Amino acid sequence: MTTSRTYDAIVIGGGHNGLVNGAYLAKSGLRTLILERRHLVGGAAITEELMPGFHFTTFSYAVSLLRPDIIHELDLVKHGYFPLLMPHSFAPADDGGHITLSKDRNLTIQEISRHSRRDADAYDQYGHDMAQIVQAVKPLFDSVPPNLFSGQPEDALALADLAKHLKDLPQRVLHNLVRLLTGSAADFLDDYFEGELLKGLLSSSGIIGTKVGPRSQGSGVVLLFHNMGEQDGVFGNWGFHKGGNGGLTQVLAQAAQAFGAEIKLEAAVSKVLTVNGRTTGVVLADGTELHAPVVVSALDPRRTFLELVEPRELPEDLVENIQRYKFQGTSSKVNFALDALPEFPGLDGTQFRGFTNIAPSMDYLERAFDEAKYGWYSSKPYLDCCIQSTIDPDMAPAGKHVMSCFTHYTPYKLKGSDWDTERDHLGDTVQRRLEELFPGFSKLVLRREVVTPLDIERTVGLSEGNIFAGELMSAQLYFFRPAPGWNQYRTPIHGYYQCGSGTHPGGCVTGGPGRLASQQILRDAQR
Amino acid sequence: MIRTTPFHERLAPLNRTGLWQHWSGHLAAVKYQMDDKFEYFAVRNAAGIIDTSPLYKYRITGRDAEAFLAGVLVRDIRACRDGQAQYTLWCDDSGHIVEDGVVLRFNSDHFLLTSAEPNLAWFSDRIGRLKVLIEDVSAQYGSLALQGPRSRGILAGLDDAVGPLGFFHHTPAKIGGAAVNVSRTGYTGDLGYEVWVEADDANEVFDAIVEASAGQGVIPVGMSALLMLRIEAGLVLIDVDFHSSRFAFTDEERTTPVELGFGWMLKDIATTDRAFIGRDAIRRELADATSRWRMVGLKVDWQDWDRRYRAEGIIPPKDEHPVVWEMMLYDEDMQRVGYTTSFMYSPALQRHIAMARVRPHLATPGSAVHLEVTINHRYQTVACEVARPPLFNPARKTATGGPA
Repeated sequence: MTTSRTYDAIVIGGGHNGLVNGAYLAKSGLRTLILERRHLVGGAAITEELMPGFHFTTFSYAVSLLRPDIIHELDLVKHGYFPLLMPHSFAPADDGGHITLSKDRNLTIQEISRHSRRDADAYDQYGHDMAQIVQAVKPLFDSVPPNLFSGQPEDALALADLAKHLKDLPQRVLHNLVRLLTGSAADFLDDYFEGELLKGLLSSSGIIGTKVGPRSQGSGVVLLFHNMGEQDGVFGNWGFHKGGNGGLTQVLAQAAQAFGAEIKLEAAVSKVLTVNGRTTGVVLADGTELHAPVVVSALDPRRTFLELVEPRELPEDLVENIQRYKFQGTSSKVNFALDALPEFPGLDGTQFRGFTNIAPSMDYLERAFDEAKYGWYSSKPYLDCCIQSTIDPDMAPAGKHVMSCFTHYTPYKLKGSDWDTERDHLGDTVQRRLEELFPGFSKLVLRREVVTPLDIERTVGLSEGNIFAGELMSAQLYFFRPAPGWNQYRTPIHGYYQCGSGTHPGGCVTGGPGRLASQQILRDAQR
Repeated sequence: MIRTTPFHERLAPLNRTGLWQHWSGHLAAVKYQMDDKFEYFAVRNAAGIIDTSPLYKYRITGRDAEAFLAGVLVRDIRACRDGQAQYTLWCDDSGHIVEDGVVLRFNSDHFLLTSAEPNLAWFSDRIGRLKVLIEDVSAQYGSLALQGPRSRGILAGLDDAVGPLGFFHHTPAKIGGAAVNVSRTGYTGDLGYEVWVEADDANEVFDAIVEASAGQGVIPVGMSALLMLRIEAGLVLIDVDFHSSRFAFTDEERTTPVELGFGWMLKDIATTDRAFIGRDAIRRELADATSRWRMVGLKVDWQDWDRRYRAEGIIPPKDEHPVVWEMMLYDEDMQRVGYTTSFMYSPALQRHIAMARVRPHLATPGSAVHLEVTINHRYQTVACEVARPPLFNPARKTATGGPA
């Protein structure tokens, strides 16, 4: 079956990057079609009403790194963009201790001082140092990285600019940057802090979504990555979009459509058409051919290079690099519908508005990682919980709650079992852990949803369930994301581009790949 | 000893900050929690409870009450039906604004006028031979605002009469067993209501509203957040966006309705036979085109703001707390063409915004002006676009209500 309908550009995948990319292309005047395999857009950024009145952020559950340029360039406010501020980060310990970091600096300092007086101003120093590093990295984060291997004059110029940018950084900032890019979150944090609870809380940002412990080399860059975000101009602050991340992707879809993009749901792409090294469109699973001179894959690198096109048509070194590109998803989600707010002994519950971070120490996280190293999930997992209905009351009926629990470590490949067998055991493990800290928790549970790496892969299509479409490790970032020589959103097939989180700057609902890819596509179109 | 409002007994324990300010001789909470931004968000995303009792309240009664108000207020009170309310101004006879306020009309011989500053002498002195009684009933009533998307459902659940209430309408209602009056008015630019309560009934009414709000994210909101909300809503504040002509020393301090953006109140000024104080002066102002300013909204160019701070090595500040001193505005030729009166970073609009005065030729939406800021102790200008206020104006603010 062939249709005569043609487009200027077809975007494969209606996740947040596909939507951002399609919106930019449409805004620039291209007749753009966004194809989504599922019945709703959003990819891993969706909100689903699994029980009447209870809205679950099935996968991703907060925003911070969405590039601010996108908000304005795509007029998102007009379409309902509304980020609510996350009130606190609350970290409970098993001995009844707890620490709460709030948005008020004085309260936070007072709270930190309760545990360690020297950590109080160290926290300010840490925040300042991190802000300086983020400031230094931000221009690189928000622009197409140079290609080290192209030999093109424009790349040579971009590299010279990069060298100058780095050379102009204060010595301390550059050194801190290198320490984070190469080292561990633990080594970095140990230089500032002594409080175990605080270090457990802060180092959690160094492991999110990644198969590293806080003491692994490589957790530093993950720590930096999770501080790259901002909320209303405050670096490192996190927000909750009205209606969850599904609310955000609905806004993106409306913006894309307002610029003229067409969105087609339940339209899985089976392959990308190529003729003489040039793309001509796509074939859908039902055999429909859709034609366009530009095809953009928002899928992860494995699907983009090894499944949508014939690897035989690609350079061998690229195929090899993609084959050894690390996914190894390690995160799960356990989402709860709750009859009431959980109770932490001695507190009134107002501390749970925002994140609740179950990682009482770096040792705790490192031990949780140990089990993952040997192919099993943590018996005492790291949990990043959020009772989102306390921030947005529309997420649950009055007085009831939804609680999202990001769960680490749960390796995609289990030794001697599989996730279909272990899914409920994982749910039990998480629930048991919450029961330990919040006595009576289980009695509040109205419904539980367990989303393992296998479920992420099956439902969203992210290979091995990696939430960033590929590990955030230095060897898979910037010059090398997703592969050396192919970090500028192009592919060896003329007209075929990549715009998913497997490209620079990476995952975490940044939208950066979608935006930067559109710039590259539009630049190429003018040549 | 400074007075407290009828709701103080209930609200004081909820103030976790210990911070209070004075508002017309009453204690008013600055904020109830240290992070006042969450109070702002409560109003935009759930609902906030705001104690507005310190407002001055005047009961105006008598056979000639309507005729009196028609002669002193800028808007025609005769066009306001029983059960409606008007936001209005009063001027001096040189056509300069004395003050603004909301008047609730019960019938042609019974009104309630609220204002931020005392006005009893000003109004009383203008009664002349009319049969009008003006009483200061400020202390007899409390007023509690419930503002935000959830406000209708909560109040309509307490009394059906609230559900269908239109924008700037009011109705008698029963809350917590007490007879109250509910008006669909407020100072937030959102869907919202104010509940007018006999002081003795304040606790019962407060408790009933809090109970009906349970589990819906409703929290008390202090003055700090209220002042963020009102800028997004484009609602002027006396002594910030304008000054009373009664207490001005120079004409530069005085403002006319046209200059403050209230031309919409004056549509029939050329033909009306209603003589109100200031009418003739305003007619002359319009005929001779002598208005010096227009109040406008400003949207700051987000990228220009960020670029200029970044170029100086500074993280671009995005503070939702209003700047209430003047910031200068320039045109393309760097001529001074106006100034901001209220400036803030708007979390809802994701950019800095302002209420500002510009020369009339720049008042068209889309006009470009340049805002003066100091970065690293040096003056710079940031590009802005003139926009029609209110800059935040959700459909729910004026939408007709369905069932609760």
